[in-house]
Amino acid sequence: MNTPNDLLYAKTHEWLRLEKDSATVGITDHAQRELSDVVYVEIPKPGRKVTAGEVVATVESVKAASDIYAPVGGEITEANTALSSDPGLVNREPYGQGWLFRLKPDQPKPAGLLSPSDYGATLPH
Amino acid sequence: MSLMMESPLASCHRTLKARMIPFAGWNLPVEYSGLISEHKATRQAAGLFDISHMGQIRAHGKGALPALETLLANDPAKLRDGEGQYTFLLNDQGGVIDDLFLYRLAYDDFLLVVNASRHAEDLHMLTNSPKQDVSFRGSPGSSAGMALQGPKSVAILSALWKADPTHPVPPKRNHIAKCRIASQEALIAATGYTGEDGFEIFTDLSAGPVIWNALLEAGKTDGLLPCGLGSRDSLRLEAGFPLNGQDLSPEITPMEAGLGFFVDLNRPRSFPGRLVLEAQKKNGAPRTCVGLKGQPGQPPPRHDYPVFQGDKKIGVITSGVPSPTLGHGIALALITTPIPPCGQDLEFEVRGRRVPVKVSPRRFIPKK
Repeated sequence: MNTPNDLLYAKTHEWLRLEKDSATVGITDHAQRELSDVVYVEIPKPGRKVTAGEVVATVESVKAASDIYAPVGGEITEANTALSSDPGLVNREPYGQGWLFRLKPDQPKPAGLLSPSDYGATLPH
Repeated sequence: MSLMMESPLASCHRTLKARMIPFAGWNLPVEYSGLISEHKATRQAAGLFDISHMGQIRAHGKGALPALETLLANDPAKLRDGEGQYTFLLNDQGGVIDDLFLYRLAYDDFLLVVNASRHAEDLHMLTNSPKQDVSFRGSPGSSAGMALQGPKSVAILSALWKADPTHPVPPKRNHIAKCRIASQEALIAATGYTGEDGFEIFTDLSAGPVIWNALLEAGKTDGLLPCGLGSRDSLRLEAGFPLNGQDLSPEITPMEAGLGFFVDLNRPRSFPGRLVLEAQKKNGAPRTCVGLKGQPGQPPPRHDYPVFQGDKKIGVITSGVPSPTLGHGIALALITTPIPPCGQDLEFEVRGRRVPVKVSPRRFIPKK
């Protein structure tokens, strides 16, 4: 399973990439494999304020709709609009073009997230 | 806590690295290579499904026909040897306990293929009904079954039979025959749950894996894929077939489900729920199952989402899925009568927002 070293992870299988005062959020390789073929993604509108652990997005595969939680609190600044025409990006590039949204975190240092190795240890081998 | 039942094909699924899930008390494959690729393989070539969880109940004895006539909603007396029919086991309110396939093998020998979730209850009802000269056998986990479905099914089966000196021929649609496949005894029926031509093969526990492996090998060059419960569900919904527990339940009658064709009210014999169904046939049912068609790029309809016409809630989605063949959402919904006509704009609600759908025929793909 692919778990890049430069990201932080939530137990609920979201990843967070911190860049200055912005953070990009997506779902992990493990999560996209579990969901399999993603056919629809509902992403939050920019300007929405969210708290850590809040349901902010929904990723739908043929089988089911899955809630996506905000890994940290903050204000949504950008949604990945490319997903509306090509939701399969979530499967093909979960850490790249398949990102879900960006937010401006409330706290400069996010709390309660896992390191790559700690997240990797939660996954079935 | 009860133990999960293992399919007689479990070792085949392990070899194929299937992803397994619990379903109706069974541990079963949900997908192998991926739901959409399995779905498309079945539509374009062929798919092989483990249906060992489906109950196989044999009714033996000269009292079998009269016993079944008083229990089932379709008329078993219409069947000749080797023929099968879709039918229901109903409660006294006309609600569906189980929907099943009944095959007549001989005048005193019938096979009932029932849903895993209702198997034990069906068997209990059958064995406790007032009857003479009939025995019902076939408890959960006592047999193996698989479905070979898709346009290449006949070619794959014929390839397996090429070397057979007895030159078996596959049965006609809705018929069943005793055959040997890969040197194993089996019953093979030209039925299925995908909307494609194909076969359902019923056999014993030890023959199951032999036939499964032989079919997979024979179908390799034709594009046959092993398929899981995931594609089984999306395929059946595209064909407009109901799933017991969602589209059918003890609170839903066959008339409401739009399956009155499979209830025979033209015979003298009484069966459970008959009076309710007669009244519904005469006066109309309070609810009716319709098809709903979404649009590409919209959230897919799912089980239990409410359905609206304007501000008025008129029903609920019983099954919904993003159709891999059509590229938009499709659903079956139970709607309060009067039923809006085909093409009527309705909406369903998901996560607090309304999504447009149109009323459609329940079969979403062209009939074969």
